[in-house]
Amino acid sequence: MKIVLTSKGNDLDSMMDPRFGRAECLIMYDDETKQHVAFDNTESGNAAHGAGPLTAQKVFKLKPDVIITGNGPGNKAAATLKIANISMYVGAGNMTVNEALQAFQQEKLQKIEL
Amino acid sequence: MNIVIASGKGGTGKTTLATNLASYLALKHQVILSDLDVEEPNSALFINGEQKRQTEKFKMIPKWNGECTACGICQEVCAYNAILQLGTHIILHAQLCHSCYACSELCPIDALPMEPVQMGLMTELKTPVMDFIESKLNVGEEQAVPLIKETTDFIQEQYADPVIKIYDAPPGTSCPVIEAVKTADYVILITEPTPFGLHDMSLMVGVVRDMGKPFGVVINRYGIGNDDVLDYCKKENIDVIARIPNEREIAETYSRGELLFEKFPAVKSALQDIERHLFSLDLGGKS
Repeated sequence: MKIVLTSKGNDLDSMMDPRFGRAECLIMYDDETKQHVAFDNTESGNAAHGAGPLTAQKVFKLKPDVIITGNGPGNKAAATLKIANISMYVGAGNMTVNEALQAFQQEKLQKIEL
Repeated sequence: MNIVIASGKGGTGKTTLATNLASYLALKHQVILSDLDVEEPNSALFINGEQKRQTEKFKMIPKWNGECTACGICQEVCAYNAILQLGTHIILHAQLCHSCYACSELCPIDALPMEPVQMGLMTELKTPVMDFIESKLNVGEEQAVPLIKETTDFIQEQYADPVIKIYDAPPGTSCPVIEAVKTADYVILITEPTPFGLHDMSLMVGVVRDMGKPFGVVINRYGIGNDDVLDYCKKENIDVIARIPNEREIAETYSRGELLFEKFPAVKSALQDIERHLFSLDLGGKS
């Protein structure tokens, strides 16, 4: 399964970024290979308008099964993600990326309807 | 003559000045007053008029017809991220769209025709002494500029000189204010003599100078704060054309939705100062 997480840095010890659209970094984690890749998101994050949908589109291109973030998306990002048919889990804003992955595996994160 | 009343800082007296100046000038001249603060217009609170007409106003937004070749041009040309291409699916965020037509024109299969979307209402009132036009944006609509433009375009077409056209501009120094100031032959910047008033007025001075508009300053609530606004205007060679004194009774009268100049000689005299200044400028020939 491929998981995208919104984070403040590019490794698994980084803190999560609770924001979706303006997240500093996107980490894509593969729970079969245990490998991860980080993508800088500052360009979308600094957009004056439409940061949410722009980040959602980046996520769409990564084709993950799951997104883990803190606060959840705004309306425009949610509309974009809905089409991509990706599940979203929230509430991991105060964790590290590793902790967020553990919490997800232990089913401690809340799934939200897009 | 198009006179735009702007401020930078909110709450310095744009509506006070616009409604009183318009009503005062209307005693001798043909006047139209317009409230361009389309997000929350309030000049009408001071104007007792009869509604003549209400018109729906529209902006043009692309509408996807369901076809897509996944070329990605539409999203590439959109400066506001209003349109996203996900595979062969297009998502439009109409609130971000600035109606530039680029995606619609450049789509190779014409899948994004432009369609009118209602954004607000323009209301025309007639009072015994003048005409009044106010536009109001629909709740939830994010962009004020298209409605401001529709309103000023209508007024330019409808009212030729020598009618004196007075516009109550939105607060701030961003796009809606720029759109309102575009119409101006002269801009009155109303401020209060406080550090905050001075700071925001100085931003607005930058705006009107960049736009090449002649302007002058009116100080409202004169007597509070300090002399920094006066010192700034002197240093920058800006005309201070009138001062409206700070009086509790003036604020109370305003809060009841009443005009001030008939009751307060100091306000009337400030309006006379402005009138003299405006008519000394020879702006009348322009439109």
